[in-house]
Amino acid sequence: MTSRLSLVVSALLAFAASGLRAAEPIKVGEIASMTGKEAVFGQSSHKGTLLAVEQLNAKGGVLGRQIELVTEDNQSKAGESATVARKLLSRDKVVALLGEVASSRSLEMAPIAQRARIPMISPASTNPKVTEVGDYVFRVCFIDPFQGTVMAKFAKDNLKIKRVAVLTSVSSAYSVGLAKYFRERFVADGGEILIEQRYAEGDKDFKAQLTAIRAAGVEGIFVPGYYTEAALITRQARELGLEVPLFGGDGWEAPQLLEIGGPAVNGTYYSTHYSPESDSPKVQEFVAAFRARWNGETPDAMAALGYDSALVLADALRRAGGTEPAKLRDAIASTKDFVGVTGVTTLDAQRNATKAASIITVKAGKFQFVQSVAP
Amino acid sequence: MTELLQQLVNGLSLGAVYALIALGYTMIYGVLRFINFAHADVFMVGGFIGLYLAPHVPGGGTVLGGMLVLLGAMIGCALLGMGIERLAYRPLRGAPTLNVLITAIGVSLFLQAGGQLVFGAAPRSFPAIFPTGVLKLGPLEFSTNQLLVIAVAGGLVVALELLVYRTRMGAALRAVSQNPKAARLMGINNDVVIRWTFALGSALAGAGGVLYAVNYPSVDPLMGVMPGLKAFVAAIVGGIGSIPGAALGGLLLGLVETVVAGSPYSTYKDAIAFALLIAFLLFRPAGILGRARIEKV
Repeated sequence: MTSRLSLVVSALLAFAASGLRAAEPIKVGEIASMTGKEAVFGQSSHKGTLLAVEQLNAKGGVLGRQIELVTEDNQSKAGESATVARKLLSRDKVVALLGEVASSRSLEMAPIAQRARIPMISPASTNPKVTEVGDYVFRVCFIDPFQGTVMAKFAKDNLKIKRVAVLTSVSSAYSVGLAKYFRERFVADGGEILIEQRYAEGDKDFKAQLTAIRAAGVEGIFVPGYYTEAALITRQARELGLEVPLFGGDGWEAPQLLEIGGPAVNGTYYSTHYSPESDSPKVQEFVAAFRARWNGETPDAMAALGYDSALVLADALRRAGGTEPAKLRDAIASTKDFVGVTGVTTLDAQRNATKAASIITVKAGKFQFVQSVAP
Repeated sequence: MTELLQQLVNGLSLGAVYALIALGYTMIYGVLRFINFAHADVFMVGGFIGLYLAPHVPGGGTVLGGMLVLLGAMIGCALLGMGIERLAYRPLRGAPTLNVLITAIGVSLFLQAGGQLVFGAAPRSFPAIFPTGVLKLGPLEFSTNQLLVIAVAGGLVVALELLVYRTRMGAALRAVSQNPKAARLMGINNDVVIRWTFALGSALAGAGGVLYAVNYPSVDPLMGVMPGLKAFVAAIVGGIGSIPGAALGGLLLGLVETVVAGSPYSTYKDAIAFALLIAFLLFRPAGILGRARIEKV
């Protein structure tokens, strides 16, 4: 009696499970710095990613299945991304990972995704090493050799400066890499790097380094770092009477740069992935949808890249016809001429995207588009 | 030469904040013989009290308004310090030092995590509560904030020195520090003295928090960790338990860190600060002004 009952129950369960499987959502893992020092980046990329997922689901999902985004916060802390990546892969059994923005943290996730043979797409990590980890790791943004070149050329041709200082964060892979590529290009173009100074993530006092930079008599300071430090550095440079232009990379882009930096950040420049001021219909459509979803907030580059990363994945899922990791990997690798909000994405053999950069300046406490630089 | 003088001012303003925090470590060590690791997080709370108080204080952006914010943060932190002592440390009075030490680490983590919950984890911009400007002295340029930090910290150290050596409460504090048992026999209420010590030390940390935020205008719940560690080093280098030692250690550490950060070896500035700690522990464990004491284990 009991055995027959259990047989019936298990048959029912098996039936229910097979019925469920047809409508079972596709689980996609997302790792972002939702809190902590680079919270602005994580929040932005998450909002973009979520918007893309919601739009896809509203249109019936992908392959007839809804997409379920499982988001994990790494608190902007070192070590945390590896932990949550393992959790997403082993417990949630996600079919792909999206994230992170910061290169150091993407570099923590990448080996784990590679070992598990689950594709990972970083929205905005620009350090070349990230995709060198293995053939399951991709990105939808340009890489630092390009960004460094753009800023070196911009400094020489537009700012007309030849003698600069570089102030690098030693504890960030992004900062060290970007500084290296900037240096190579700037020196090759006849520029001179008079002094190089370093700081660590989380530092607040940069006066010592800036005093040494001031003594070197430079015409500009390249700060390849993140927004909190960039704002404090600019402020302290002005307090020391250093009135030369400061410029950096996409790590600068956040409202906190203006908030913490105050009037000091006026006249600074940075390169980034997109500008909401672009008149491309694709961008304007995205900006309108983003504002409607997130209380009128204007999407920044991280939001746009988060959005694109989710759409590139969805596109690959459709072409792969399923969630089988190896097929999905091949589908992502063959992404070609995918039109997103940050431009056209074609992934090369190194699994990187080649895209144009936008140069932004701060004028009267507001971000302003300066020019676009094609690759 | 100009550069060196400029670095000297930079180092002094950084060292002044370290000194303020180090004083709290050293005072509490003096009476209770343990390192209050939660002290660095009281410093963080000081910064946040300043942040929340600044918009509500009349005369914002003036010297008077700024001083009021500073005072508010000091009072808030003094209350917090007394609360921590009452809730976390008093029940452990008489327990082995190790227990108290671990409790201190627990309180520190509690304040850090609680701070992230209450204040949010993202760094916040700190308003200009004092009038700011750039002061030119020949080729040297100082921000008024730097000078203010040095002046206020100096004033507070002098006030503390007077309090400890010229008042009855100060005499009681020194008595408890020298021999708690004998102090109790002389009619001193040790609990009251310890409560006051926590209030004083925490008020100094609160002032440090506001001054640090004035100089480096961003506050976050983990802002106390690094300055707290550095101040701990300063207290050891100066001689733990010695008030002038803590002030001296703070200034020394600020100067060393600044000089290294301004040199081509800026990568190693934190490493050198901690190497200094190791060197002192090896060759002069009592610190610059501390007296060697045999600890009964």
